[in-house]
Amino acid sequence: MKIIVDEEKCCGAGQCVLIAPDVFDQRDDDGIVVLLDARPPVVRHDAVRECAAVCPGAAISLDEDA
Amino acid sequence: MKHTLPDHVLVVGASAAGLSTAEALRRKGFGGRLTLLGAETALPYDRPPLSKQILSGIWEPTRAQLRAKEALDALDAEFLLGDAATALDAGRRTVRTASGGSVTADAVVVATGVSPRALPGQDGLRGVHRLRAVSDAVALRTALLGARRLVVVGDGVLGAETAATARQMGLDVCLLGPQPAPLTAQLGPYVAECLADLHRQHGVALRGGALVDRLLSRDGTVTGVRLADGEELAADVVVTAVGSAPATDWLRDSGLVLDDGVVCDERSRADEGIWAVGDVARWRHQGLGRTLRLENRTNATEQALAVAGNILGEDRPYVPVPYFWTDQFDVRIQAFGLPSPDARTVLVEGDPAEGRFVVRHDGPHGPVCVLGWRMPKQTRLHRASVVDHYTRPSRRTTPSAGMSSA
Ligand SMILES: Cc1cc2nc3c(=O)[nH]c(=O)nc-3n(C[C@H](O)[C@H](O)[C@H](O)COP(=O)(O)OP(=O)(O)OC[C@H]3O[C@@H](n4cnc5c(N)ncnc54)[C@H](O)[C@@H]3O)c2cc1C
Ligand code: SF4
Repeated sequence: MKIIVDEEKCCGAGQCVLIAPDVFDQRDDDGIVVLLDARPPVVRHDAVRECAAVCPGAAISLDEDA
Repeated sequence: MKHTLPDHVLVVGASAAGLSTAEALRRKGFGGRLTLLGAETALPYDRPPLSKQILSGIWEPTRAQLRAKEALDALDAEFLLGDAATALDAGRRTVRTASGGSVTADAVVVATGVSPRALPGQDGLRGVHRLRAVSDAVALRTALLGARRLVVVGDGVLGAETAATARQMGLDVCLLGPQPAPLTAQLGPYVAECLADLHRQHGVALRGGALVDRLLSRDGTVTGVRLADGEELAADVVVTAVGSAPATDWLRDSGLVLDDGVVCDERSRADEGIWAVGDVARWRHQGLGRTLRLENRTNATEQALAVAGNILGEDRPYVPVPYFWTDQFDVRIQAFGLPSPDARTVLVEGDPAEGRFVVRHDGPHGPVCVLGWRMPKQTRLHRASVVDHYTRPSRRTTPSAGMSSA
């Protein structure tokens, strides 16, 4: 799995950080998403899928085959 | 109660809440038939950018699309777009559509959102706009490009965002509404006053405490707005953002309980095999001990997750901490929780004088809301302080004050 984030769509809600804090963080100054781990381990995949689903900016997309 | 898994789920309304429900069903392993019926012809798109990036022209309208075509295909769902539901037979779970079709399913999800209200005399008048759909945003942008003076009627999120975007496009903008400051209901008086200052600094004329008498027009084209006190404001374009009504007309004869939304239990269930999600749903928030209907983007997806789980038998109440954000000029405001008029406002981070801060609203039983001004990460970190208020079963003696919708 490979995670792609679109910073321009991110609205800094931090929903992703609440769900998967070891995969996502936010910048201190403007709250835009920071991808800590673009290729998370399998144990994190379900949480990451939930992040992509609830992100209110539709800013997280996943390449499941990568 | 034994839970039977559905073979066929029909989602009515193919936008943020509807699409998220469909996606969550698949993610949770639902392998049955999935149908999405949507009144709009466009592929599902996101609304928050409409008053921001699309209206300002920073984005092409297609950039607001919620998912790429391949992701929609991968859902393995049947999309019936450009056709509206006109009636529901709740007992049979049959939905009739405007094109004359009908769809029967084992579970029906109502995700039809809201429709903007109009001012009397608005329909058919040239130069008056509402903003809900992408076509509205495109039409309003075209109108603003050829206009000099805009009056925005309505001091909620939508009105204030539209005013800010139009001002940045160079128009003379007047924002009017009944509240002392824009978004007082959503932000509480302190942050709302900061927002009013921000608008003034950018040259927006604010008319708080103003009621509209009527729209003024000549030869079928709007020329301005007349206020209740007799003052007349001239305008080339008028935007009305005076609230919305849940899109439940089609459910009138369904037997579902409708009361400013589809009334649901704690699990977002309206009736046997019938669920509601997103802006249209009024469900019982177990933590607050009352019903709530939220019009915000995060609720659409979070409730979708809860509904999908419950359709598949998870049997869990939906107990969110409400969240919304708004972008106006260079400021992003975020709110976790619902502000309460009787709460004390406490500064917990940053400094208003420096244009970055987080405040907390402390109610009689503890924190109920945190509001951030240009401090997204820090605001999210303070969210923890309000979680108790929303997730603990109601133990308060006085009913919590506040709004029923954001
Ligand atoms: C301009 C704008 C800006 C916004 N900005 C923000 C923001 O900054 N932050 C925030 O938190 N929220 C914001 N919101 C609110 C957010 O967009 C909504 O909460 C969200 O769109 C709700 O999703 P929904 O799917 O419940 O409803 P909707 O998005 O309204 O979708 C309902 C869908 O159902 C369809 N439908 C209606 N009736 C029928 C029928 N009878 N049959 C079939 N289909 C039907 C509609 O055409 C529509 O496609 C904004 C909204 C607007 C309009
Ligand atoms: S959930 Fe989405 S919008 Fe929010 S911080 Fe994460 S990527 Fe950004």
